Amino acid sequence: MKQITKSFEKLKALDHIDFEVERGEVHCLLGENGAGKSTLVNILYGLYHADSGEIHIHGKPVSISNPKIAQQYHIGMVHQHFMLIESMTVLQNIILGNEEGKCSIDYAASKARIAALENMYHFNFDLNKPVSALSVGEKQRVEIFKAIYRGADIIILDEPTAVLTPQEVEVLFRILDDMRKQEKTIIFITHKLHETMALSDRITVLRNGRVVGTLLTKDASPQSLATMMVGHAVDFGIVKKPYKPGDTVLELEGLRVLPVSGNAGISLKVQQGEIYGIAGVDGNGQQELESCIIGTSKPLAGSVFVNQEDMTALSVAERKAKGVAAIPSDRLRNAILSGMSITDNYLLGFQHHKAFAHLGLLRSNVLKKHAENMVRQYSIKISSFDQPIVQLSGGNQQKIVFSREAGLEPLLLIAAQPVRGLDIGAIEAIHKQLLQLRDSGKAILLISTELSEIMEMSDRIGVLYKGGLIAERDADKVTVHELGLFMAGEKPE
Amino acid sequence: MKKNRQNFANLGYSLIAILFSFLLVGIIMLIMGYDPLKAYSSLFEGAFGSSYAISLTLSKSVPLVFVGLAVGFALQGGLFNIGGEGQIYIGGFTAAIAGLSIPGFIPAWVALPLAILSGIAGGFLWGGAIGLIKAKLNINEVIVAIMMNYIAQTMTSFFVNGPFIAARSMTPQTEILPQKLQLPKIIPNTQLTTSLYIAIAMCALYGFVMKRTVFGFEVRAMGNNMHAAETGGVRVTRNTVLIMAFSGGLAAMAGIFEVFGTYGRFIDGFSSGIGFTGIAIAFIGQSTPLGIILASLLFGSLQAGAMQMSMMAGVSANIDKVIQGLVIVFIATPNIIRYMFKKRRQ
Repeated sequence: MKQITKSFEKLKALDHIDFEVERGEVHCLLGENGAGKSTLVNILYGLYHADSGEIHIHGKPVSISNPKIAQQYHIGMVHQHFMLIESMTVLQNIILGNEEGKCSIDYAASKARIAALENMYHFNFDLNKPVSALSVGEKQRVEIFKAIYRGADIIILDEPTAVLTPQEVEVLFRILDDMRKQEKTIIFITHKLHETMALSDRITVLRNGRVVGTLLTKDASPQSLATMMVGHAVDFGIVKKPYKPGDTVLELEGLRVLPVSGNAGISLKVQQGEIYGIAGVDGNGQQELESCIIGTSKPLAGSVFVNQEDMTALSVAERKAKGVAAIPSDRLRNAILSGMSITDNYLLGFQHHKAFAHLGLLRSNVLKKHAENMVRQYSIKISSFDQPIVQLSGGNQQKIVFSREAGLEPLLLIAAQPVRGLDIGAIEAIHKQLLQLRDSGKAILLISTELSEIMEMSDRIGVLYKGGLIAERDADKVTVHELGLFMAGEKPE
Repeated sequence: MKKNRQNFANLGYSLIAILFSFLLVGIIMLIMGYDPLKAYSSLFEGAFGSSYAISLTLSKSVPLVFVGLAVGFALQGGLFNIGGEGQIYIGGFTAAIAGLSIPGFIPAWVALPLAILSGIAGGFLWGGAIGLIKAKLNINEVIVAIMMNYIAQTMTSFFVNGPFIAARSMTPQTEILPQKLQLPKIIPNTQLTTSLYIAIAMCALYGFVMKRTVFGFEVRAMGNNMHAAETGGVRVTRNTVLIMAFSGGLAAMAGIFEVFGTYGRFIDGFSSGIGFTGIAIAFIGQSTPLGIILASLLFGSLQAGAMQMSMMAGVSANIDKVIQGLVIVFIATPNIIRYMFKKRRQ
């Protein structure tokens, strides 16, 4: 790809990008959110059209105006959000659009082809299973296999590890390694440094729509890559001020969020000036705990107290009014109004706050000022306050959610997966702001499935297993190994 | 600035869509052996050619504005009110019965608002019922609304065919309302009544509520993302009922002012689809007050001019329905026009 340029309205997403990949290599396209990685590969795959520039495949200039043509040039893509039909079987999904047979579908012929390819790349599918019954990792493997089945030689993977567990990442890397041996070319989009180092042959780093550099992986180090990505040296360590807990703010008493017996539910206390981390493998009640504290669902048993007041029966709005702020784990679904303006998004959840509403009428000027303050204070990059929030990068969206929830002096902040899917710069910013909030005396409940995040940020740690809090430890007196055992359900003696 | 440009572009697409439908219908007329130029000039004449024509256009547009607002309001809240037709009948009928049963000694300035408000209350409850069923039982509001349409239409039809039929009347209709309860005409000897002012006022109120009030924000939030609204403390269940109720009240006003203005009584089946046209109005007008006014004027002028066109050019008056239909097709599929433009540019 030569001199590719692409603008969205005034924003220059790609500025004269030169990018090349060789046959049989794994090439990492590294960059922060909004650097232009996805835009670039979407142009290659025909989903976007470049304003200027050329694409050459095997040395010949080509014009790729839609994905069908990309497929003719043997380019395949695995999107971050899977393009599978949940109710159909694995087999049907794989052959969809490339069915064998003239009138009726010749499943036998398809199966034979699939079996041959499965052997070559060491896949092993249960072809008759509906896709809805697969795990996330399995679905991704179906997507990759679909691209191979369609004859792709160049396969683009857009942030493939964002949705995987560490074990599933290992499986994925093994598959990619097999593909490399079969002379397939892989373009791997990521912002994670250790993946880049572990997997790739070469790396191209993008920043703000420009190529910062292309280098061989053996010549790179995580530190140098981070500096290239962000544009300045990155501080990996987090410095925490001493732990000075105050009064109890949140108290959970025998809270049961999952219909599972055999444990005593969740009982814990979160104090002023502390971050209480909830560790655990995904699916052990994290989401239910989050929504029971926010108030969108009711617990099966037990109570939620904030400042000694029983909140269990209160509505979401009543809890908000009492100072319970939250960063929901599913940002797109629960935290933002994607088609609405940035200003409107600052109002969500605070539409009854007396600063913004008087007798049912909105005080637009106050709201606008508040939004301006927050955007400045949290250095959020936007082009206008009327712009729909969906146009921002995930990191900037999350900063808006964070500043909205933290900016109006909450008593308590529930931060559920606050940095999921964000890039280094945004993670660093959000973590710093969480710590600032802690130091200013707020109580914070951090729910995260990233053990490293829990270890780094928390003052105290509780481990969630099958809807029960099975262990609680001071953060400086516990090891990763110990937490790992609790997460697997081993009870402390 | 950017928003303005966006709106301007949308307006442009709508205009082109309208032009295309006229063009296409013109070709159809040619094929059928009519003179499209003559037809269109008489259509225009009938809609705008005289003060009578203009007042006819306006009077046809007024009920469309109310139903357009009704559907638009629900759409903004993420709900689809296809029940306008039923709400029109319930509103019109309730208001007519209220007007007829208020004793004569009560002055008009009390009686008329009272009758109108009872009609609105009828539509409010009828719409609210749809919202309640949706919110509590999670049954799709479209299905409920369509069923409620049948009930409203048949029920009012039964009433004016039986218990409430006017004395010595052959047609199913109520007694004529007392003169003092009929809305004053803006221009004498036309159908244009003061309901025009109420329609304009409702548009302004609608714009104000959506932009400037907490409730309007909550409605927009629900329409944009129901889950985020709920997590943000919006009482989604309560608001679902309220939105459908207000929408029902707005739709009812279309019926009420037809009864109190145009006809002076409730006539069986008088609406003949205004409620459904409201859906098209809201879509074309993109649920904005100005857009709804413009779309209503377009459809109103087509209906007003259709008579003249059939008299002068011999084209069936129903051709206006064809034009309306094509406008909807072209606007509902803006990509057709965008695609054509893109091809040309390339």
